[in-house]
Amino acid sequence: MTSTGAGAAAIVVDDIRKSYGDLKAVDGVSFTVGHGEFFGILGPNGAGKTTALEIMEGLREPDSGSVRLLGESPFPRKPALLPRIGVQLQASAFFDRLTAREQLETFSALYGVGAGRVDEMLELVGLTEKAGTREDKLSGGQRQRLSIACALAHDPDVVFLDEPTAALDPQARRNLWDVLRVIRERGKTIVYTTHYLDEAEILCDRVAIMDQGRVLAMDTPTALVRGLDAPTRITLERGTLTAADAAGLPGADEVGEDEQSLVLTTRTPAPLLAALAERGTLDGLQVRTATLEDVFLQLTGREYRA
Amino acid sequence: MTAFKSLAKAMAKGLVRDKTTLFFSFLFPLMFLVVFGLLFRDAGMDKIKLGAYGDGEVVVALERTGAVEVQRFDKLDDGVAKVRAGDLPGLVEVNGDRVVLHFAASNQAQAGTVQGLVSGVTQSLNVRASGRPPKFDFTAQQVEDSSLKPIQYLTPGILSWSIAVGAVFSAGMTLVTWRRKQVLRRLRLAPVSPVTVLSSRVLVTVTVAVSQALLFTGVASLPVFGLRLSGTWYLAIPIFLLGVLAFFSIGMLVGAFCKTEEAATAAANIVTLPMAFLSGTFFPIDMAPSWLRAVSKVFPLRHMNDGLTDVMVRGKGVEALLVPCGVLLGFILVVSFIATRVFSWEDS
Repeated sequence: MTSTGAGAAAIVVDDIRKSYGDLKAVDGVSFTVGHGEFFGILGPNGAGKTTALEIMEGLREPDSGSVRLLGESPFPRKPALLPRIGVQLQASAFFDRLTAREQLETFSALYGVGAGRVDEMLELVGLTEKAGTREDKLSGGQRQRLSIACALAHDPDVVFLDEPTAALDPQARRNLWDVLRVIRERGKTIVYTTHYLDEAEILCDRVAIMDQGRVLAMDTPTALVRGLDAPTRITLERGTLTAADAAGLPGADEVGEDEQSLVLTTRTPAPLLAALAERGTLDGLQVRTATLEDVFLQLTGREYRA
Repeated sequence: MTAFKSLAKAMAKGLVRDKTTLFFSFLFPLMFLVVFGLLFRDAGMDKIKLGAYGDGEVVVALERTGAVEVQRFDKLDDGVAKVRAGDLPGLVEVNGDRVVLHFAASNQAQAGTVQGLVSGVTQSLNVRASGRPPKFDFTAQQVEDSSLKPIQYLTPGILSWSIAVGAVFSAGMTLVTWRRKQVLRRLRLAPVSPVTVLSSRVLVTVTVAVSQALLFTGVASLPVFGLRLSGTWYLAIPIFLLGVLAFFSIGMLVGAFCKTEEAATAAANIVTLPMAFLSGTFFPIDMAPSWLRAVSKVFPLRHMNDGLTDVMVRGKGVEALLVPCGVLLGFILVVSFIATRVFSWEDS
């Protein structure tokens, strides 16, 4: 997926740094995003995700280091480059008192694109029914989707999304995931920031985990989790098996017990699960493998807090 | 559609749907125009009342002067009682060739006016009755004076005030709201030049100002208010446009300085309110003490107001454009320059 060849990369970020006073918002970040890749930048609030994104978009000049966006430096502002990128901002950047359709029409016109794609965009983000509704009357999730539609109206090659799922309820987040998947299927290069690790694990081809201005790890979500070499935890209802019996099962490394459940830790889940199945104790069984949150915990030594 | 047209359309739609702004741009100034227009309509036109007992040439002649409103009495005592009560400044008693004026000394000025009037009318009738041509020829000639009927200064005053308020508020608010909602950032990331964004905003502001001008002069021209535009009213166009731009640039400065809508509202009020009171919007500035008149010269609204009044209702010529246009142009250049220095795309 990744290639460091100049022709194949949509974005090349090379050791960028940005300080605000004493605060090192971005402190030596490098990565490459390939064409058509869905690249996630994760981290808690204040990790430097947004600043990194703003430098990539050409909104800010890095103190040092360089960015090549589609082969060009995005800073200072390059009007010829702008039609090739689409940007969704953290705040809802809409014109006052316009309907969803009018917002899209206006943004299309800013790029010299006719209103021909407006209906398609509304359909894409599931707002066809809300075309005539004013932006301030839309729900948070609908507004985020409209904001993404506005970023896509001129059919850009690279799309930057800054925390599109922040402050949304679970249902709205899942709706948005569908939209993001469709955009990816259209072959767009997507760079997106989020502080939801679970979401990044599901959506992204590759993720960079950031904390305090630095990239702590970068790979596919699966590789990151595998690299953690974390054990699988199998939880059983208490009483289905005694702790002593459980400890004797093949592959069971550790056994723990509390009021409700019995927890088995293993690095070889397959024989252990087979043995549990033989004993008919699969009812109510839960298997939990490591997630990006465990990766974060491992990298920073502290619990992840979004 | 071009970026310019679609931005202008977007802002125009946003404005038309904003009831508060519409109210303050159109209805609120119109209320002032209507209230003051009606309140001051008959100011300075009160006729002196004069009682009359009996009939004859003198009474008829007094009525013809148009300077007094004659109130007739059937009984002399009733009329004299009114004079004594202070309801009437005087009463003319005509009995054949005898003309007697009863007057109250309490109101010296009116009594003097009434005496002069009655004796003047009586004397001229005497001259005519004598059959000899008068030795001294007397004609009265009206001078075009600088005092105007209230509606004549109210209309340009309220017009320039409402344009000033509208332009300052809308320009300032657009900038602050767009910065806070990151619309400015979004525009910066679109291939559209700042000149396009700015000029589309100017177009919307000018359109609003033209609508205000049409509405207010239209209403003031209704017979009930009686505004009469001079033949040189079209000279108001350059002053008008420069005025809109001057206040637009002040709005830009307000928007460049302020980070929140609340701060922008306060700043816009601080800028526009003193100007409104000291620039002759609601009363002629000539009535103010001289130091206040001097202070008011620093306000662009004063110059816009003076300029508009001169060409719209006083009928002055091109030479009247020089000072207001020069001052407004200077304001535009200086204030816009400062605004571009202070301006920032982002909050931080």
